[in-house]
Amino acid sequence: MGSIDWLGLLVDPNTQWILLGSILLGLSSGVLGSFAYLRKQSLMGDALAHAALPGVCIAFMLTGSKSIGFFLIGAAAAGLIATFGIGFVTRNTRIKQDSALGIVLSVFFGLGIVLLTQIQHGDSGNQSGLDKFLFGQAASMVHSDVVVMAAVALLLVVACSLLFKEFKLLSFDSGFAKGLGYPVALLDQLLMFLIVVAVVVGIQAVGVVLMSALLITPAVSARYWTEKVGVMVVLSGVFGSISGLIGTVASTAANNLPTGPLSVLAATMLFVVSVIFAPRRGVVSKALLQWSVRKSVLQEKKRAGAVLGTSSVPAQRGEEGQA
Amino acid sequence: MNDFWILLTAGLVACSCSLLGCFLVLRRMAMIGDAISHSVLPGIVIAFLLSGSRDSFWMMLGASVLGLITVFLIQLFQQSGVQSDASIGVVFTALFSVGVVLVSLFTRQVDLDLDCVLYGEIIRVPWDTMTWAGIDIGPKAVWSLGLVLLLSGSVLGLFFKQFKLCSFDPAMAAAVGIPVALFHYVLMGLVSVTTVASFESVGAILVVGMLVVPAATAYLLTERLGTMILYSMLTGVISSTGGYYISVWLDASIAGCMITAAGGLFLLALLFSPSHGVIWRKWRQRRMEQTA
Repeated sequence: MGSIDWLGLLVDPNTQWILLGSILLGLSSGVLGSFAYLRKQSLMGDALAHAALPGVCIAFMLTGSKSIGFFLIGAAAAGLIATFGIGFVTRNTRIKQDSALGIVLSVFFGLGIVLLTQIQHGDSGNQSGLDKFLFGQAASMVHSDVVVMAAVALLLVVACSLLFKEFKLLSFDSGFAKGLGYPVALLDQLLMFLIVVAVVVGIQAVGVVLMSALLITPAVSARYWTEKVGVMVVLSGVFGSISGLIGTVASTAANNLPTGPLSVLAATMLFVVSVIFAPRRGVVSKALLQWSVRKSVLQEKKRAGAVLGTSSVPAQRGEEGQA
Repeated sequence: MNDFWILLTAGLVACSCSLLGCFLVLRRMAMIGDAISHSVLPGIVIAFLLSGSRDSFWMMLGASVLGLITVFLIQLFQQSGVQSDASIGVVFTALFSVGVVLVSLFTRQVDLDLDCVLYGEIIRVPWDTMTWAGIDIGPKAVWSLGLVLLLSGSVLGLFFKQFKLCSFDPAMAAAVGIPVALFHYVLMGLVSVTTVASFESVGAILVVGMLVVPAATAYLLTERLGTMILYSMLTGVISSTGGYYISVWLDASIAGCMITAAGGLFLLALLFSPSHGVIWRKWRQRRMEQTA
């Protein structure tokens, strides 16, 4: 029974589009997330994802349509205000970045919920499905949404690959980048903006609450496997797209389950695998290294004991004496 | 009377959250509060499935265990080389997803819906009452929140000096022999318990807001920890009361209005605080330039 379900699932053109969309979404958020991780701004994605909610609600209230284009504009505006707010608070007061993130995240989300309840109580027509934004439901997306999502995600990946050198420099040594004459502040804002866009496109598929996981988890997992930025970005993108794929397939197969949490669980699974099996940094390889070091130290000790004839290895000492 | 119970519940949530929030803000761990408030969800659901009742005790236990596991995991990844904010992000999103999936899988058994997880059901508080010796003694939530406030108040009061030193100078605290790690876990345990107690009535999002926003507001107003705690609790209570009346007026989400009100107060403090406000500082700067 299961196999028929899978077959039917994969042949259906609408599902194919949704799968393609979520793969591309995972790819783009993985790529962007690795820059955010290297810039030590992982939780920025969390704050921006939550902050997008009021923007989306206002866009819906103003236009009355659920088209992804308007949402993109609304959420991008809210996201820019949020980044500006975080920057303003940390620059002008003694409040640190973590508190500033917490404030912006909760206040914007609270405002978003107020607006959401206003929309639900008001009779502005077809508002059903707006609450799907909290946890995402990829299966409920219509064709045009998926096409837009896939196209925007592809654009994000292209933008990242074009600006790869700049973002790399920005992530590791922004002072040096400034010295070379790169517009650092502009690039910084651009990276933020790209993250906001990724969050917004992901909202329908993954939901605002868990979108940040797709930005963080693949990047952290990829970091375990390599020391090179290029490899890390690609790996992170691959991990992201695998999680998007698994999440969507599982959510479509078992209807009623929201896509976001399933994608996040898939990403977490990859993370756990990375933590355990990654070369050099993984738990297993560390344990093996420790074991081999301990063994070689013991051997050295034994050899030293044999040569010097210390009392710590009496048996060998006897042999030595006889020889 | 219903208004009174709702306001009392919200006030208790605001007090216990903003009390602990001061320490979180000072120790730069505001996002850990966010993480705990999300990741206690699977604990609540599992406790519910195992015990089969909405008994607050089991939920509290399950959630506190999960809260401590969260803190432990975050520290573990941090020590193995993952950046601190990334490890927070990985851990809480994973645990929260487990919780959401569990809720969706056992929708029939679990009497918790996802909206309620995020923004709570404070409106239902007055009807969920407790009886003791045959007499109705008021809503359950008020009693559990009151107990939690008493607990964290007395723990923080008893070890105030130690917590204070740990927040401002952990290295010195360790040097004079205070078990810093133990106090860290005690604080995190209190945050988990408070989160759980507040969770059911006001939802994850209000807990995060109340942990961070009033404490940050108070941080802009004073230089003394004791005063900061007082201001923080006051801000929390004012914003929850104000938020409630705004929500009645707008017919909108109560939790959302309360955070928005707290955000408004924070904005006021940010602009007009006598010591740290942006506008006063600019004004003083200009006057200094003029006199020079």
